[in-house]
Amino acid sequence: MPGSDIAIVGYAQTPSVRDADESEVQLLVPTVTAAISMAGIDRREIGFTCAGSCDYLTGGPFAFVSNLEAAGAWPPISESHVEADGAWAMYEAWLRLLEGDIDVALAFGSGKSSPSNPAEVWAQQLDPYYLSPLGLDPVSLAGIQARAVLDAGKATERDFAEVVATSRHNAKSNPNAQLSGDVDVDKLLAEPYYRAPLRKHDLPPISDGAVAVVLARADRARQLAERPAWITGIDHRIEPHLPGLRDITSSTSTTLAARKAGYDGGPLDVVEVSSTFSPQEIVIRDALGLDAGSNINPSGGPLAGNPVMAVGLVRIVEAAARIMNGSARRALAHATGGPLLQHNLVCVLEGK
Amino acid sequence: MAERCAVIGIGQTNFKKRRDDVSIAGLLREAIDRALADAELSLKDIDAVVIGKAPDAFEGIVMPELFLAAAIGATGKPLLRVHTAGSVGGSTFIVGAHHVITGIHGTVLAVSWEKQSEGNAQWGLAGGRSGGIGAGGAFAPWMRAYIYESGAPEYIGWMVAVKDRRNAAKNPYAHLKMPDLTLEQVKESPMLWDPIRFQESCPSSDGACAVILTNEAGARRAPRKPAWIHALSVRSELGQFPGRNPVRPQAGVECAHDVYRQAGITDPRSQIDMAELYVPFSWYEPMWLEGHDIAGPGEGWKMVDSGDTDLGGSFPVNPSGGVLSTNAIGASGMVRFAEAALQVRGLAGEHQVDNVRTALAQAYGGAAQYFAMGVLRDQPPN
Repeated sequence: MPGSDIAIVGYAQTPSVRDADESEVQLLVPTVTAAISMAGIDRREIGFTCAGSCDYLTGGPFAFVSNLEAAGAWPPISESHVEADGAWAMYEAWLRLLEGDIDVALAFGSGKSSPSNPAEVWAQQLDPYYLSPLGLDPVSLAGIQARAVLDAGKATERDFAEVVATSRHNAKSNPNAQLSGDVDVDKLLAEPYYRAPLRKHDLPPISDGAVAVVLARADRARQLAERPAWITGIDHRIEPHLPGLRDITSSTSTTLAARKAGYDGGPLDVVEVSSTFSPQEIVIRDALGLDAGSNINPSGGPLAGNPVMAVGLVRIVEAAARIMNGSARRALAHATGGPLLQHNLVCVLEGK
Repeated sequence: MAERCAVIGIGQTNFKKRRDDVSIAGLLREAIDRALADAELSLKDIDAVVIGKAPDAFEGIVMPELFLAAAIGATGKPLLRVHTAGSVGGSTFIVGAHHVITGIHGTVLAVSWEKQSEGNAQWGLAGGRSGGIGAGGAFAPWMRAYIYESGAPEYIGWMVAVKDRRNAAKNPYAHLKMPDLTLEQVKESPMLWDPIRFQESCPSSDGACAVILTNEAGARRAPRKPAWIHALSVRSELGQFPGRNPVRPQAGVECAHDVYRQAGITDPRSQIDMAELYVPFSWYEPMWLEGHDIAGPGEGWKMVDSGDTDLGGSFPVNPSGGVLSTNAIGASGMVRFAEAALQVRGLAGEHQVDNVRTALAQAYGGAAQYFAMGVLRDQPPN
């Protein structure tokens, strides 16, 4: 992919919370406003807006229509919506900017898990003929994946616990995290199984939240930010749905997306990945060819806060923030969709 | 636009009330395989897939593209799911084209669908448990306002219904084919949401539509004439606020003006040869003719009355039979673009309009607040 001249110049996110008092659009309005404010633009300069959300979380069709309020759609705006994590909304906004006729775009993602039972909602995401009737929920599926990872000799239960301990430790410096603190790996391993071989702490918290980014092109990006986070590559790839049709101990679509996004295996200062369950961090790390010493999820990652439909774009924001504040030069962010890492997006960001 | 983009393959399913003969994957493949056959390509020639449908609640599957991924040939490729209410088929076409125009991918499959018989779309349209008034109930007061403001006679709505259903009889893929429908029959059909009668309302259909979009090199290799994209635009506005004009939504006006500007159209009425407009209820034909400045204020219904929008008229609208004859909601917007493309390619068969050089495609959604429009021509842009 040719290096694009598009950068993140503004961002904002809500704290990740178990049960937000606000509605989804109420979470979005101040978040979008803050991202626009950080970019220092007039809202009317935004040439394209794209949102990511999931109707089913609200329990009603066309739930996303309400979120249009946050985009400030009067006078009318050029706008689209993806039924996916906000990371894919950013992909569509990035694509639209590449056309070259507009300079600024807005993308956001939002979701609330609290009004519904995630185990029931996400069971409806599975193949309606073969899997959904089983009532298979994401946690049970993740347990099957964790067992496969152990059986393949790719990790141990201690490795899972270490991912959790590192996440909680890193999240201590993240004001938006839901879970943080110093935890002892041996104590984690002494906990009972929840869905063997997963323990409760191997699961992400159930979270509500929202996130927004402002993208700008070329000279406009340089005007708007002292140190824009340039998107040097972004790509996403999907695999077959049925877990039986793929090797769930690896993530070939992550490897492919990283390659297509231009990631050459070189050094990364920051890696933010959407490992919703602790074994997935190891699977993604291997798919990206990173070693255990890499700086993965310095924010704490999804195990510290899992705002559904926003969590992937939050990874991009966490990576961009570190580039924009000068603490990182090159970063990689990863988002995922579907059961067991079916669909993966990789975004490579650089400061120049 | 960096790369020129053309439609080189079009596939539609046979639309019906209930397609029990195929699964959802089978329904999509019917459209995809026909589009690939038209372009004489196979799934391995496709670089990326963009998919659209209306709310997941219609079939009761969260993000159904995930389980469909392998069946629609997306394995190892990007698969992007668009959802912009009723306009989604149009938006999906446009997002697919953006992949080509930006040079990110060479050949893209865009597909949109709905299998309404697997759920209850009326329940969904009425807001599920909130027990709303449904699409007809939402739009009826605006149609009544249009009739009041324009002074249009009541039979205009009946005329649109008769025209579209008779056109549909010439379209092999259309759902409702009524070659003998009369004004009297429309008039005598039950009133659903005043002023909309049963025969002035769209059906609930199962079906899918697929298009193959490619760059100039791909278009030069295509076995049949391509349809060239000259303009694409989307606009959204809030569904309700004080001062909104829902009869002539500003988003629709601006979306139309944007595509006219891109395509160098200064007089749409004379420079566009035919249009496929999203008309789920008969009155939306004159409303969009005015709402997109094809006709002046109060002049849209006169175009219907004089037969200008007939298949053989001076400005044919919906020669395919339109949404009024076929409405698999998620697919309907893309069908407008696909039918416009068929017309400029000269491949529309029995419902072909003579000498179409420039065609307009339009889809709308939500509370008449989402718009997706495009202009297609038989020649590439300069």
